[in-house]
Amino acid sequence: MDITIWGTRGSLPAPSPENNFFGGNTSCVQVTEGDTLLILDAGSGIRRLGDNFPAGVSRIDILLTHLHMDHIMGLGFFLPLYNPRMEVNIWGPTSTKEPLLNRLQRYLSPPLFPIRLQDLPCRPNIIEINHSTFSIGNLAIQSAYVCHPGPTIGYRIENGHSVLTYMPDHEPALGSAHFPDEPEWTSGYALARNADLLLHDAQYTSEEYEPRVGWGHSSMVDALKFGAMTAVKKMLFFHHDPSHSDSYLRHLLNKALGDKQPPFDVDIAAEGDVFTLP
Amino acid sequence: MAANQIEIILSRQLADCLSIPIFLTDPEGNLLFYNEPAEELLGKRYEETGRMPVEEWSTIFKPIGEDGNPLEPQDLPLVKTLMHQRPAHGTFLIESLQGERIKISVTAYPVIGRPDRFLGAVAIFWKTE
Repeated sequence: MDITIWGTRGSLPAPSPENNFFGGNTSCVQVTEGDTLLILDAGSGIRRLGDNFPAGVSRIDILLTHLHMDHIMGLGFFLPLYNPRMEVNIWGPTSTKEPLLNRLQRYLSPPLFPIRLQDLPCRPNIIEINHSTFSIGNLAIQSAYVCHPGPTIGYRIENGHSVLTYMPDHEPALGSAHFPDEPEWTSGYALARNADLLLHDAQYTSEEYEPRVGWGHSSMVDALKFGAMTAVKKMLFFHHDPSHSDSYLRHLLNKALGDKQPPFDVDIAAEGDVFTLP
Repeated sequence: MAANQIEIILSRQLADCLSIPIFLTDPEGNLLFYNEPAEELLGKRYEETGRMPVEEWSTIFKPIGEDGNPLEPQDLPLVKTLMHQRPAHGTFLIESLQGERIKISVTAYPVIGRPDRFLGAVAIFWKTE
């Protein structure tokens, strides 16, 4: 399973010379397993994926975690959607009442976007999921709602050997007096448990998190606690705050780690990173 | 160790933050949690009782009707909510695990997550004079 990072930023694209290393594009991750190609979220990073799209692919599955703008803003700029021969499936969370198609069309229709979703040449299939298990190619996928405002799901993706977990927007500590001591009472635990690679929200410093409790994001310190609780092998900090430059992110990682090295690898996700899981 | 779903986790976190007694069950009625104010009312810490099936908790606190007769489990608001997935309300006496008789009002509501997943029930208790 090959994982390529095309966008790491949270909330808003943040292109600038100070952000060149970790990147300014919002959430987008490519997962390739044999002939299967998944795309996790369609933030602004998906545009470059479209420009570098692998030849010979005839089916794409785009798995959206939720419909906040930073996770869907790139959809209309993803060139393979304009290929009428491409099979495109867009998976996303069920809401209480309104169909996923209608919610996506709020953005992909005038006046916000000139082309309607249903008029895209690929005629995408829209598939609603919640607490679901399903397969795409040889990949077994589990989705579940996680703690973030609005219907938001995380993904656990397994190829029979390895586990990738993707939770770019997640606030597991919300309201918990006992975090991280009660795994079964922690949002996202079942998705992340023993994952080989966990891409997890780490948007804030502890100081930034305090006045933003309930906004749906994690501090780096809480992300590290979640990684330890779920016994992951490697964690990538994801959904970087738009105001955090490359040098500041490195400083924050060192500060969050302090003198203690967690029992797993930790790094900051950067655009262009490629990981291979067996 | 089974992980709970987010709607149940957040219901428990809310109960944990509030100063009114709250009881939380899964769809089968297994007691998942009650908060500190409920511990005071029921006379036992949750850590001491742990998870309990509906058959146990619906009788362990010895609910008694206002006429003095024991209440059947199906007459309890929380059990009604579990059976019908609708809110229910009632007033009755309980005998706490310390043997104290207390008159309480209970309002129970179902926890129904997106999209129409029945995940459990919450009961809120008030001491009634």
